[in-house]
Amino acid sequence: MNTLSLWFHKFGSPPTFYRLSRLLCPWLFAAACLIGAVGLYAGLVLAPADYQQSDAYRIIFIHVPCAWMSLFAYIFMAANAFIAVVWRIKISEILAMASAPVGAMFTAVTLLTGAIWGKPMWGTWWTWDARLTSELVLLFLYLGVIGLFSAIEDRRQAARAAGFLALIGIVNVPIVHFSVNWWNTLHQGSTVRLLGPSRIDASMLWPLLLMALATHIWFFASVLARSRSSVLEQESGKEWVREIVQAQGVRRE
Amino acid sequence: MTPTRKRRLIMIGAILVAAAAATTLIVLALQQNMTYLFTPSEILAGKVPDGARFRIGGMVKEGSVERGQSLTVAFVVTDGDGDMRVEYNGILPDLFRDKQSVIATGSMQGNQFLATEVLAKHDETYVPRDVAEAMDKAHRKHNVPAEADKPTP
Amino acid sequence: MNDFLAMGGYATYVWSSYAIFVAGLLIDYLAPRWRNRRIITELHGRLARQKKKTETAT
Repeated sequence: MNTLSLWFHKFGSPPTFYRLSRLLCPWLFAAACLIGAVGLYAGLVLAPADYQQSDAYRIIFIHVPCAWMSLFAYIFMAANAFIAVVWRIKISEILAMASAPVGAMFTAVTLLTGAIWGKPMWGTWWTWDARLTSELVLLFLYLGVIGLFSAIEDRRQAARAAGFLALIGIVNVPIVHFSVNWWNTLHQGSTVRLLGPSRIDASMLWPLLLMALATHIWFFASVLARSRSSVLEQESGKEWVREIVQAQGVRRE
Repeated sequence: MTPTRKRRLIMIGAILVAAAAATTLIVLALQQNMTYLFTPSEILAGKVPDGARFRIGGMVKEGSVERGQSLTVAFVVTDGDGDMRVEYNGILPDLFRDKQSVIATGSMQGNQFLATEVLAKHDETYVPRDVAEAMDKAHRKHNVPAEADKPTP
Repeated sequence: MNDFLAMGGYATYVWSSYAIFVAGLLIDYLAPRWRNRRIITELHGRLARQKKKTETAT
């Protein structure tokens, strides 16, 4: 516990966090764009057409990475919310609240691209099967967290209240993941599996994994960028913020 | 760990356990009552109440598709144990074909199913066309049924 | 090239999903940037006001 709290105090101290994130952010965004560009090229050009869905299956290269991120972002948010609620560590409050909009964006993209994919292949934009419904619930959970956070005046209290909602909502994550096994759904089962062979040809798998890597890096870049603004806002009275503001203000004038 | 933190940790833990337990119960309850679809053999066994609108799911039986005037189409949905004739008037999804999994919404009329919507379900396998053809050829050569490389549900 | 753009007849579906993806990322990239700029401008204004107040007081 001691080494962990030491680590938190060192990297979680607002000035260090601010500087570190400003240093890392451009590199992370650049890496995500570069890997994403290679992944998109591989997915759209190099990967062969599917035997059943021909070129329509290429939506998989954005739909599935975004769906993974919608769950990953939620787990990241809930883990930080847990630390924030129990130990009241400021940086965890900020990280949890910063991941909510990013996760909501990925969830929305998942639902929209899924609808667009469903229309030509299944024959419908939407159906109330377990996978689609639980993913929609996930979006509402994100929106609830964002809404609760912005409804309370005091930033730290708001973060803890919204974090508490995020924690309760974690029960939906296994439901989203296992819905295709637990119920009869229109949505097919998992293609990429950690245990056992994946049900996708290697020529289509590697662009998919590249896209997944790119979206993960993007998530951390975006969370860091958002957290940085929040740190600045919450620490506005402190001396180190004054120095940064003066330096940046001078640069613009 | 300070006593306040310990108390908070226990509180949060208890609430999470309670939420997880409640959700598990709901999921278990829904699993019995929330049926997205019925299979032909379930319908033949009388599991569907009379006159109800429901979904039927299964595979389009090979060679059973009869196209009628304009958009009317009739086909047999099978789950291996039972067959059900389905009639439909409308646009079929692109993936609709022999031996494809379909889910149709509608109701029983006599001893056949009158569908108002037909959706195609695809599996989670993605294979390039030439690989699929090669696999198909190899299967035919060695007389392996097409189902062999599909996952068992 | 035309074959590539046509996406086997699924062009509308494939390209519109990719457009949504790119639009989502773009918004996600710009939103914190705008917020950061707004906060810094605000803090800068507050600092300038404070400075003026202390100067007139002395």
